Amino acid sequence: MTNPHAPPLLAIRGLSKAFLGVQALDGVDFTLRHGEIHALLGENGAGKSTLIKTLTGVYQRDGGTIALNGAEIAPRSVEDAQRLNIGTVYQEVNLLPNLSVAENLFLGRQPMRFGLVDRAAMRRRARAILDGYGLSIDVAAPLQRFSVATQQIVAIARAVDMSAKVLILDEPTASLDAQEVAVLFDVMRGLKARGIGIVFVTHFLDQVYAVCDRITVLRNGRLVGERRTAELPRLDLVAMMLGRELEAAAHRLAQPTQFDDSAPPLLRFQGVGKARSVAPFDLDIRPGEVVGLAGLLGSGRTETARLAFGVDRADSGTITVDGAPVALRGPREAIRLGFGYCPEDRKKEGIVGELSVRENIILALQARQGWLNPIPRRRQEEIADRFIRLLDIRTPDAERPIQLLSGGNQQKALLARWLATEPRFLILDEPTRGIDVGAHAEIIRLIERLCADGMALLVVSSELEEIVAYSRRVVVLRDRHHVAALSGEDVCVERIVAAIASESSPPVAEARP
Amino acid sequence: MTLSSSALRRNLPQCGALIAVLLANWLLFPDFFSIRVQDGRLFGSLIDVMNRGAPVALLAIGMTMVIATRGVDLSVGAVMAISGAIAATMTQAGWSLPLVLLAALGAGLLCGLWNGVLVAVLRIQPIIATLILMVAGRGIAQLITEGQIVTFVSPGLAAIGSGAVLTVPTPVVLTAATLAVTALLVRATALGLMIESVGVNRLSSAYAGVNTPVILIAVYVWCGLCAAVAGLIVTADIRGADANNAGLWLELDAILAVVVGGTSLLGGRFGLLMSIVGAAIIQAMNTGILLSGFKPEFNLIVKAAVLMVVLLAQSPALSLLLPRPRSPANARPIAAKVTGKAPGKAHKEGSAP
Repeated sequence: MTNPHAPPLLAIRGLSKAFLGVQALDGVDFTLRHGEIHALLGENGAGKSTLIKTLTGVYQRDGGTIALNGAEIAPRSVEDAQRLNIGTVYQEVNLLPNLSVAENLFLGRQPMRFGLVDRAAMRRRARAILDGYGLSIDVAAPLQRFSVATQQIVAIARAVDMSAKVLILDEPTASLDAQEVAVLFDVMRGLKARGIGIVFVTHFLDQVYAVCDRITVLRNGRLVGERRTAELPRLDLVAMMLGRELEAAAHRLAQPTQFDDSAPPLLRFQGVGKARSVAPFDLDIRPGEVVGLAGLLGSGRTETARLAFGVDRADSGTITVDGAPVALRGPREAIRLGFGYCPEDRKKEGIVGELSVRENIILALQARQGWLNPIPRRRQEEIADRFIRLLDIRTPDAERPIQLLSGGNQQKALLARWLATEPRFLILDEPTRGIDVGAHAEIIRLIERLCADGMALLVVSSELEEIVAYSRRVVVLRDRHHVAALSGEDVCVERIVAAIASESSPPVAEARP
Repeated sequence: MTLSSSALRRNLPQCGALIAVLLANWLLFPDFFSIRVQDGRLFGSLIDVMNRGAPVALLAIGMTMVIATRGVDLSVGAVMAISGAIAATMTQAGWSLPLVLLAALGAGLLCGLWNGVLVAVLRIQPIIATLILMVAGRGIAQLITEGQIVTFVSPGLAAIGSGAVLTVPTPVVLTAATLAVTALLVRATALGLMIESVGVNRLSSAYAGVNTPVILIAVYVWCGLCAAVAGLIVTADIRGADANNAGLWLELDAILAVVVGGTSLLGGRFGLLMSIVGAAIIQAMNTGILLSGFKPEFNLIVKAAVLMVVLLAQSPALSLLLPRPRSPANARPIAAKVTGKAPGKAHKEGSAP
């Protein structure tokens, strides 16, 4: 641990992995030292998961080397990696919830006596292990009876007890509250003191600064750099993750025309929030206004959008539409109020793949009219053809299954689905993700046109230039909190990045010393 | 329901199979297509096929829509037993025919409602949710008949099984009427679109405002109703209710009919008429094997072989070898079909976070 010449615990050099021609990892280096907590950070598609899965034998690498204590290894499976002392704990605990805590700890390696499982010994040893983590629970009780945090500690205890020297924690805190996070951090610090190297994947910057010694940032499958946490200001970290030189940041492309700030808001959120999803926030949205939601992945952007459409139900606060309070019980309620929602995951939550472009476009309108009031076929074709023309959806005809269209055209068809309902408020989550450059610009122009027509828009995007280009106001989120609302001159990439990087007070992660 | 040329081409394997099976029957039994009128009712092997096939065809109508929502209803055979048991027991006890019919159909509706609530509200997987009633339903039917085979004397009820309307056997008329009403219900309203939409992508449909629980409950209720009608026919035909054997294993024939008809178990597009064709293929084979004088032991083997051929002809993997465009606009239908069916996997593999 102290000898600087000893080989590092884990040394990954030039690791490469491609999927169907997409280079998920491109010559990535990663070094983990004994007794170190090392944050592995990056936005969507950075290559974090691929790195971890290659390290744990889920994927086989295309190139590069992995050395453990100086000896090269090539794990072929998760079990293989486990034998090599690399243990992994995922966000979704991968234990058996219906078995007891003790059984989970010793599954596959139960203490035996006379050819039978020695339950008494198993429980005794389980109790001893968990005591070491400050956890005194009934080890005979089924695991599912305990909180996710406890389950996670059991998972960690199991991995460590199977003599893990490298412990990978893949977003372990994503579903924990602040106090549980603090407990988990105590456990991590304890393991660190025992010389175990921990790879910590998280989206929460506060947690990185609370517990990590070093940070490695990946972007688009490449290594951006490795830094000591103490020597890396937040602003620089965010810039590394988002991959932009701050001085080169774009300026607003189009200044929205004069806007009446005194107009009554179409939509007002007051103290709206949901536990473990997004902290209570206030937000007013006026007709014709575009409000951007910016923040890192997992910061609560999508969660805010889901609350606004009633996909998730808020457990606090009130939502007012046109001055009257409403209960958003679900998407149908929201649609009745004139809302629309293009979700982030187009394939899973947006398109109805096998159905035609026409059917996809009229679906929301038809659903609002009810099944007894079908839109005549000719009218459906008119609507579909009008939007195909208006939004320039590239398809041979309206009868083509939407899944055969390119991502950009699918997105335009989804926009058409909502425009056909003539909404007053449209929520777009990552409207330009995975879309080629041409369609990208068209969708941005479309957003500008829509707000000029008096529609209110709430747009989530990780493309900051894009958000700056069309938003009149930008709400910045960090660690599930709305931390800043920028308007006027403040709507610029620098300010947004600064807000994302700003330190929260008090830091969530250090609720307990 | 208009049959465009592309739809015809897609349905070619099933229609071809039906024609082939009928021709084979004709070769084995030259009188197969002859039909005569006797005592004001049509008789003949072809009429027999339709008459005997009516219960499975009825089940297939309801099953088609359940399968279109990416579900399955294993309980229809048991629901047949329940509706038959109710009809026979009430008739024996002296209730009037309209009340008997109402009670039997009401039981089917309740059974469907039960299945629908389990699937739509409690979100239990359809195969498990309906398995409950598949097992329990037969027990309920046995409780109603008190373990006996309940026979009855009622010309009115018996007519449902063995009577005729304008020389056409009543079961055939009932099936045709059910098909017509169902087709009208789903295609003249937006119900068909919503059923397909929920089947393809329940989440997307819900976010687009489709009332997915109501749609799901509705298809299971309709399926229960169809099963109740089938149960009435079977009971009326034998003038008695046999809770142990009425509708036994028919749920499997119904599922087979739907799949042979070309509706995918993965949900989505459905064809009611083609499910009837599927049911007809199955029944024509049963009849043919009986007529041919083969040992009944061959029945299941021959049936399996013919079904295998029909399903192979529809298989996307095999149609790679026999390219036939599904529609002129669709330049590469095969590739689309294949990628369309397994998007999840390809997606997972390709997206590194």
